[in-house]
Amino acid sequence: MSALTVFYTGLFYIATLILVGGVAYRIYEYSRTPAPLKIPTTPAPINSTGVVLRMAREVVFFESLFKSNKWIWVFGWMFHFGLLLVLLRHIRYFQEPVWFWVEFIQPFGKYASFMMVAGLAGLWARRFLVDRVRYISTPSDHLMLALLIGIAISGMLVTFVVHADIVALKAFMRGLMYFDWQPVPSDPVLLVHLALVALLMIVFPVSKLLHAPGIFFSPSRNQVDNPREHRHIAPWAAALEKDRA
Amino acid sequence: MATPNFEVPKFQDHAVLDIPKVKHGAMSHMKSFVAGQATQEYLGYPWELGEDWKERAIERMGEVLKKYRSVRVFLDACVHCGACTDKCHYYLGTADPKNMPVARQELMRKVYRRYFTFGGKYFPWLVGAEDLTQEVLEDWYNYYHQCSECRRCSVFCPYGIDTAEITMAGREILNYVGMGQKYSNEILAKVQKIGNNLGLPGPALEDTLAGLEEDIEADIGVPVKLPLDVKGAEILLVTPSADFFSEPHVESLIGYAKVFHAAGASWTLSSHASEAGNFGLFNGNYQTMRNIAMRIRDAALELGVKRIIVGECGHAWRVAYSYWNTLTGIGYGGDDPYAKMLQKQLDPRYPQPMHICEYTWDLIQQGVLKFDKSKNDHRIITFHDSCNVARASRMGNEPGGQFTIPRNIIRAVANNFYDMDAATIGESTYCCGGGGGLLTDDLMEVRVKGALPRMNAFNSVVQANGVNFLALICAICKAQFTKVFPYYGFDMSMVGGVHQLVSTAIELD
Repeated sequence: MSALTVFYTGLFYIATLILVGGVAYRIYEYSRTPAPLKIPTTPAPINSTGVVLRMAREVVFFESLFKSNKWIWVFGWMFHFGLLLVLLRHIRYFQEPVWFWVEFIQPFGKYASFMMVAGLAGLWARRFLVDRVRYISTPSDHLMLALLIGIAISGMLVTFVVHADIVALKAFMRGLMYFDWQPVPSDPVLLVHLALVALLMIVFPVSKLLHAPGIFFSPSRNQVDNPREHRHIAPWAAALEKDRA
Repeated sequence: MATPNFEVPKFQDHAVLDIPKVKHGAMSHMKSFVAGQATQEYLGYPWELGEDWKERAIERMGEVLKKYRSVRVFLDACVHCGACTDKCHYYLGTADPKNMPVARQELMRKVYRRYFTFGGKYFPWLVGAEDLTQEVLEDWYNYYHQCSECRRCSVFCPYGIDTAEITMAGREILNYVGMGQKYSNEILAKVQKIGNNLGLPGPALEDTLAGLEEDIEADIGVPVKLPLDVKGAEILLVTPSADFFSEPHVESLIGYAKVFHAAGASWTLSSHASEAGNFGLFNGNYQTMRNIAMRIRDAALELGVKRIIVGECGHAWRVAYSYWNTLTGIGYGGDDPYAKMLQKQLDPRYPQPMHICEYTWDLIQQGVLKFDKSKNDHRIITFHDSCNVARASRMGNEPGGQFTIPRNIIRAVANNFYDMDAATIGESTYCCGGGGGLLTDDLMEVRVKGALPRMNAFNSVVQANGVNFLALICAICKAQFTKVFPYYGFDMSMVGGVHQLVSTAIELD
């Protein structure tokens, strides 16, 4: 096995461990931290079905962002929806045979990358052009956009311009899954693509990408508006009552 | 009104303001008076920074992060998208970038990152992490007292990040290291020592109420009563103490009394619980907020009332509606002995607590109240949704009842009503500029400038529809607008309560 294969094999195991372990740990942290008070942003749903729908509208359509700013909404939604299609298309590199619907979305997934890059470019442009957004942008905000665009462009190059050995890539990926390690294809652009993806996986649990799990734990969005009917009390707050009952 | 030592912003000819260009440090000089020794000690806080203030601040932040999921998640989730940057009335009125919600959060987030996250510990320059220095602490103090905790940003954030939660946490940490705000903390001491924010002792309250009864009878010839501490009364009315002494607040108090009179209700005020307001909310200290709310539970138990109704006050209604059940068991659904003790006393046919607008609207629908709407014909009315009612509570059985019920009442008692621009009311309503513990003269510049978005939308209906009355249901908004109106060229008599309108039109036998 070449040094290159050893490196990429190790890199993807480490990146996967960090991504899965890190995000699981964050979710564990968020879930065990109590929300002591009822703080849904009202008007809010008055039952849990309503909350599921509200959350679905936020996650799928970015409802609040739509109310807020149409430019951020359109760029943000293009990026995220493009990314979703692209990710779904990539399932094909991990399975044999490939599911019917993964085959079906393959062409959409390929061209969704353009939508993704356009969305990212729009979001990045705002960081320079809008003085308020420029003020709040940190180096990591720019680097995160650079990383995502780097992943997208390198992937598009491999898809549309400098075709890489996709059969070998699939063998490498499935080798990782079944601990039957195979050589990583040595196309340079593909290697760049893979390295950037691994980097994204590694920074996920320690970066603002935590907005993805975070939104599900946001008390202003996931709480039911029923404080008069149900007594909501956190364990640490209930302990204050022992002297009063 | 004294001549201001700052420039009062100008109206624009459209209801929704243009977004101003960033003006760095525009409000960095704005520092509210710091609380003194006696107040801080009463509240259990130090009154000056000790040697170890930094360690104490970080320690407190760690505790808050463990106790409040909101703060924990909100500090992680922000992606700096910028959606909130033009949503805060203080940014729109001052153009100071630190008054953008995300930047206000960032004051704390950069410290959180530095001490609590991997990126901030090892790559602070990359992620915008910063050490907690005295300079940062000063920024916290100044800008966490330029936030009225109105939650407008949380409506527009794609993750629902509520800057109010961060401001509250910031103020709690500031208090914990010895930098409390004079205005809020003196009120917190008064309400716990005496029973209300104005510091009125029981006998003074009794005199005031007796005087009001005489005035009403002289005015309309009907003996409308304002009972105090009546054991066995059916209804306990808890209202902001401003209703007893301030104009135009007292006009609404008279309105409530007339409604109770017309309904033939048995009701009482309480000298022990003579304050609906709860500034504990503003400072983010659960224990303080609970101590203050507990006076209402105690009064309810002592007087043996069956129902608890809350007067016109925005943040009080938030605490009552959203938190009383949690803090004191005023409500339903608790199966612990503590909660049950009060539940078995309360009348289960009614929501507990109930807003005075819910009560009045129910009576109107039942046909119990009679009005002569023409008595309000000299008024052309608009309605200001107060932030805590709009975005942190509800009225009635349906989401959004907090918007429809007060408007329904106004339409039932008056003929001339026009709403302000849709982008400035309902869940998108602009704060009056004086909420959240900012209603103090040392913050007048923030208050006047922060009122601009609301004033500008109001001016539009004044110009277009000849509106001459701003109706609302919040004691802080009433006090803020009466003070700020003259700066914008309006007369302070244009401000009043919804129950002031009810009071004008109601027919009593």
